[in-house]
Amino acid sequence: TVFFCISFTSPHHLFHCPQSNCIMTSKYNIITFLAVNLFEQFQEVANTYFLFLLILQLIPQISSLSWFTTIVPLVLVLSITAVKDATDDYVSLWHTHIAYFNCQAPLHTEICLQKEKWMNVRVGDIIKLENNQFVAADLLLLSSSEPHGLCYIETAELDGETNMKVRQSLSVTSELGDPNNLAQFDGEVVCEPPNNKLDRFCGTLYWKDCKYPLSNQNMLLRGCVLRNTESCYGLVIFAGPDTKLMQNSGRTKFKRTSIDRLMNTLVLWIFGFLVCMGVILAIGNAVWEKEVGALFQSFLPWDPPVDNFLFSAFLSFWSYVIILNTVVPISLYVSVEVIRLGHSYFINWDRRMFCSRSNTAAEARTTTLNEELGQVEYIFSDKTGTLTQNIMTFNKCSINGHTYGEEQHMAALDFSAWNPLAARDFCFYDQSLLDAVMEGEPAVHEFFRVLSLCHTVMSEEKSEGELLYKAQSPDEGALVTAARNFGFVFRSRTPGTVTTQELGKAVTYTLLAILDFNNIRKRMSVIVRNPEGRIRLYCKGADTVLFERLHSCNHELMNVTSDHLNVSDGLRTLAVAYRDLSEEQWEEWSEHFRGADKATDCRDDRLAAAYEEIEQDMMLLGATAIEDKLQEGVPETIAILSLANIKIWVLTGDKQETAVNIGYSCKMLTDDMTEIFIVNGHTVQSVRGGAANCMPDESKCPPPQAPPPSLLESIKYFPLSLGQAHALEADMEREFLETACACRAVICCRVTPLQKALVVELVKRHKKAVTLAIGDGANDVSMIKTAHIGVGISGQEGIQAVLASDYSFSQFRFLQRLLLVHGRWSYLRMCRFLCYFFYKNFAFTMVHFWFGFFCGFSAQTVYDQYFITLYNIVYTSLPVLAMGIFDQDVPEQRSLEYPKLYEPGQLNLLFNKREFFICIAQGIYTSVVLFFIPYGVLSHATQSNGVPLADYQTFAVTTATALVIVVSVQIALDTGYWTAINHFFIWGSLGTYFTILFAMHSSILFNIFPKQFHFLGSAHNTLGQPVVWLTIALATVICIAPVLAFRFLKLDLKPQLSDTVSMSVTIVCLS
Amino acid sequence: MGKKQAGTGPLSRRPDNSAFKQQRLPAWSPSLTPQTVLPTFYILSLVCLLLGIWLLITVEYTYELKVDYTDAGTCEQCFNLRKHAIDSSTPCKCTVSFHVPKTFPRVSFQHDVVRLSARCLPQGDVFFYYGLRNFHQNLRRYMDSRDDAQMVGRKNNLKAPSSYCAPFDYDANGKPIAPCGAVANSMFNDSLTVMYNPTDGSKIQVPLYRKGIAWYTDKNVKFRNPPTNNTFSLQQAFEGTTRPLYWQRPVYELDDTDSNNNGFINDDLIVWMREAAFPNFKKLYGVLNRAQGPFTEGLPAGNYTLSINYNFPVEPFRGRKELVISMVTWFGGQNYFLPIAYLVTSGLILVTAVVLTTVFVKVGKKGKNMEE
Repeated sequence: TVFFCISFTSPHHLFHCPQSNCIMTSKYNIITFLAVNLFEQFQEVANTYFLFLLILQLIPQISSLSWFTTIVPLVLVLSITAVKDATDDYVSLWHTHIAYFNCQAPLHTEICLQKEKWMNVRVGDIIKLENNQFVAADLLLLSSSEPHGLCYIETAELDGETNMKVRQSLSVTSELGDPNNLAQFDGEVVCEPPNNKLDRFCGTLYWKDCKYPLSNQNMLLRGCVLRNTESCYGLVIFAGPDTKLMQNSGRTKFKRTSIDRLMNTLVLWIFGFLVCMGVILAIGNAVWEKEVGALFQSFLPWDPPVDNFLFSAFLSFWSYVIILNTVVPISLYVSVEVIRLGHSYFINWDRRMFCSRSNTAAEARTTTLNEELGQVEYIFSDKTGTLTQNIMTFNKCSINGHTYGEEQHMAALDFSAWNPLAARDFCFYDQSLLDAVMEGEPAVHEFFRVLSLCHTVMSEEKSEGELLYKAQSPDEGALVTAARNFGFVFRSRTPGTVTTQELGKAVTYTLLAILDFNNIRKRMSVIVRNPEGRIRLYCKGADTVLFERLHSCNHELMNVTSDHLNVSDGLRTLAVAYRDLSEEQWEEWSEHFRGADKATDCRDDRLAAAYEEIEQDMMLLGATAIEDKLQEGVPETIAILSLANIKIWVLTGDKQETAVNIGYSCKMLTDDMTEIFIVNGHTVQSVRGGAANCMPDESKCPPPQAPPPSLLESIKYFPLSLGQAHALEADMEREFLETACACRAVICCRVTPLQKALVVELVKRHKKAVTLAIGDGANDVSMIKTAHIGVGISGQEGIQAVLASDYSFSQFRFLQRLLLVHGRWSYLRMCRFLCYFFYKNFAFTMVHFWFGFFCGFSAQTVYDQYFITLYNIVYTSLPVLAMGIFDQDVPEQRSLEYPKLYEPGQLNLLFNKREFFICIAQGIYTSVVLFFIPYGVLSHATQSNGVPLADYQTFAVTTATALVIVVSVQIALDTGYWTAINHFFIWGSLGTYFTILFAMHSSILFNIFPKQFHFLGSAHNTLGQPVVWLTIALATVICIAPVLAFRFLKLDLKPQLSDTVSMSVTIVCLS
Repeated sequence: MGKKQAGTGPLSRRPDNSAFKQQRLPAWSPSLTPQTVLPTFYILSLVCLLLGIWLLITVEYTYELKVDYTDAGTCEQCFNLRKHAIDSSTPCKCTVSFHVPKTFPRVSFQHDVVRLSARCLPQGDVFFYYGLRNFHQNLRRYMDSRDDAQMVGRKNNLKAPSSYCAPFDYDANGKPIAPCGAVANSMFNDSLTVMYNPTDGSKIQVPLYRKGIAWYTDKNVKFRNPPTNNTFSLQQAFEGTTRPLYWQRPVYELDDTDSNNNGFINDDLIVWMREAAFPNFKKLYGVLNRAQGPFTEGLPAGNYTLSINYNFPVEPFRGRKELVISMVTWFGGQNYFLPIAYLVTSGLILVTAVVLTTVFVKVGKKGKNMEE
């Protein structure tokens, strides 16, 4: 085992090379940027390919194009990418500064305390932390201002848990209170190497010839916040990237969209196509050189190394590879990046995804996944904090068979009048409960007494009467707050006592025992001795558990209460009970308890048994109902998303009952889902049985007519199917998946973070569907990272989820806009873009192929080389980019009104292999027209002054002009949303073409570089001829008319929903 | 609203409410409705039809005559003579007789329709072309094998031909060739003379303008002779260069009679240097001079004799040579492809339009799945 050794004789003197706390998340620096970036870029196959082409072009026998036709686009593409990388890097560098430079942590050096920036903190330093400060590095707690070296921390940033945790320093170090003593501290820490386990730390402190074991209990990890503790001192153990937080953030897996993968496949196919074309033309060249070229030797002898037609054909193959390389569009990848960047900005700029309450706008944290937002089929959602606000409110209660809080619409009660300690933000609407308290009903009093005593909440009283509760769970806080407002105020606790103020009178209870909550017990109890000396056990817990342990005389009350509980729509309920204990009972049990507590083996089981023993024969008091309020618009969002054929699975760590309740309240489960399956079992067999029960039922009711059954999947068996039982693994997975996918709604309860990821992984693997995971807490991080798209809700539980996510916003309801508006548009735009892009490149390039048959397969280009250079990057790039960024088929409201519009994305209809072949076919058709129409006309035509038009340069200019016009008309046809920018780019591109054409063919340039600009006068001579324009017009009509006809037929015979919707919009606008 | 609030207000991070950022830019969303598409098709069809007819009528009034003289008449022996040896030191002359059935141009405007467009119809100019078949001027290496910097008369380039010209850049003695390259080397060098044989027996040579047959930019910008003056002749300017391998005369003797047509700015050379895009092509040889004689109205019908200085070998590459006599209209010479293509397109579009209309009326379900 490797151990890290940190040793020091004085705090600022270190023997181990200290790790600085500065975290560089940026990849480059100014000096290495160019080299590193270029190296990275040439790892892209496409870029390397173009470099290879460039090298080919330098061989004179092969070079069919000038070197600049490849280098100009390549340099342009590389520099755009480099600028983007640099910007990304600069932004992340900037984030680094924001995150780590603006916090100043007081650092202890020398004898005096000195403020230092976080980045300057080094391993071995001793740091003083103050209340509410972030912990800057992983620290060994040395001492604190609180007694016994205790301190409290909040770990929300780390694991998403909002409650406070206690950390304690070693007793030997806790005595070192003041800085002067700390300065004398010289110990040596030997510990495990940096790792990402948040809940474990293993090390030893050697100090003054003694060994002290260190555990996680002594550690303050980076990312925690110090709470309820005035100050504390810590020794830096891990800093910077070694900290557990940074180790945990891990390398995010690079996500690619399905369009990306398809694109890569298609590019490979195009490579194949290119090679085929090359081979065909090379064979043609061999034949031609043998039959014709050999005879033409006297006019044009072969180049020196060529001595036979086969070698000539070989060279011709490479020459054609160079010429036809434009079918693999160099600017494809960079254009796609630019479009995605644009879409990401639109997400960031969307005011309707801005939450004014938390002042957060939506953020696209990755710019590579946008179009996949338009293809999502499965959404995996966390519950707490994602669907709900994670703000608990005490909503109803049932006390002694009487319910309170049913009426919701009256004015909120005013507690402050009679209870100065009441919390101001607490709302309750039922006057009768307050009356009952006033009247002194004993059951009601006892009920609230339980709530004020039976909990693990910490209180903080800054000034008299200003109480602040720190609760492990928001539920608990809500209950204690409720008790506080109804006059049973929890004021403070010590390890042995709880002090409350009951209706204005301070009471101190002796805390005899806390019988802790856990997931199996589902209840917690306290045993207290009241000032009168009576011993009582107070218990609160899940109704099902508690009802089993009641005294038999409670039967009637139990029935009434459980009736009340059954109508608790979507609320989190707890039953409350008490038991009087005699002194003897207590003595006897505490003996037991101590025995169990001290046991070394099976301590937990023994403790549980001991608890079980005392929690019997309890008297029911009533039940509470807490509402975890749904976020705004959640039911509507879920309804719309389901209409869009997106399946929503809720994965929650919560218990089944709560999950079902939330399921109902957010309309995932509805009353017409009569068949709810609950698959719940501890063993493989029972799960099998449960799952098997579901299947026949489903086959009984044919899915389309009857509402599909919904399934409640308790995830308990899941570890079995995925973990231990390897033999059954694949088996169970399939069954689980089949069952779950047959259902309309799936809720998985009691899921651990890892299982969340496994479920996502399972669906991803078997369903080949695009998955989206949305969550807010650290427990959702694994799922967010696993899913194709991870969405983080920036809410109550820290920023871990947001940091791991691809998109983040603060309200669940923004999801509908993200998917149905932004996602849908992104997908649509990307598909239209790709179709057009492949089309225009094929139309452009294949003309060379046809010309090959007339020029002896000599790899003569049809166009001027400048045209070849500029076609992709100047003449045709901006209109299609504008379309890819701005196009809209239907207005945004419509995509929310008609969620079905989302379906083409899920079914992958807009760009797939079939669509690709259609584009290619259209491109090839266009190239045929563009070659043969000018060929037919020009080979015999003459100018009106008798000069033949069949010269090469005229032909080149005519074809190029026709091509630019045809593809411009095509993009005009493809553009569905003509903004001013589209107009500008389309007309601008045409204008640029003619401007550059005339400039390139001008005598000025010729006079400077006669060899390079030998097309002198061609533009002028050619475009002045009516016959040329008639040719171009004819070619355009022949290219476009069939497209128009097909589109019209498709629209007429098989209209898509989007067509109909946009049509109706037009009609509405007209009428 | 549109401005970003400064500072840290509760809405400080709210995105701007600009139409651009909110994707609400005013825009025009055209869609393919039957009301726009169907009329478009009919109109297109009509326009193509009218254009086609107009072009066809125009073309009908042009006339073209081709005389293949490769091995016709007395040229067979020349053809055989040039079969093997490319070096043509022995001159060979031959003649080919041909008949012009109709007067060029046919100026009989009987129809009213035609009279309207009479101004656009042939003006009486008759063009003489030489045509080559199966001669590939469009090979990549052939087209590269020239030096435009040399032919623009630059002193430095004149005697240092571009390496692209190889192997026609230097002769066996290492003398630079001017003009260099395969294109210039293979220049068409037959000279053609056409004699009119009127029925009265006298022979009249058809007078041709042999100048003004190239693009203005070519003649005046692209091709320039090295600078000369009264004391410094063209020959001296070309001192130190040698003629291309297959040429009989050096470049400065292409036209001794006219210094404006000599050297690099010789029209024949310029015409040849403008490479044809396809293997079968014709190049302008001369324009009928209608100053006098029977040619004022054009080329009269009758018998003609073509005498050729037969230099250019076509047998090696199985090519053909021909004389093409043609006249032009406003849109050029005889060219049936364009009008026919327009008429065919018009027909196809009409058929498509009818099909589309039928489909729309009979089976279309526009808007019917709105309820779905």
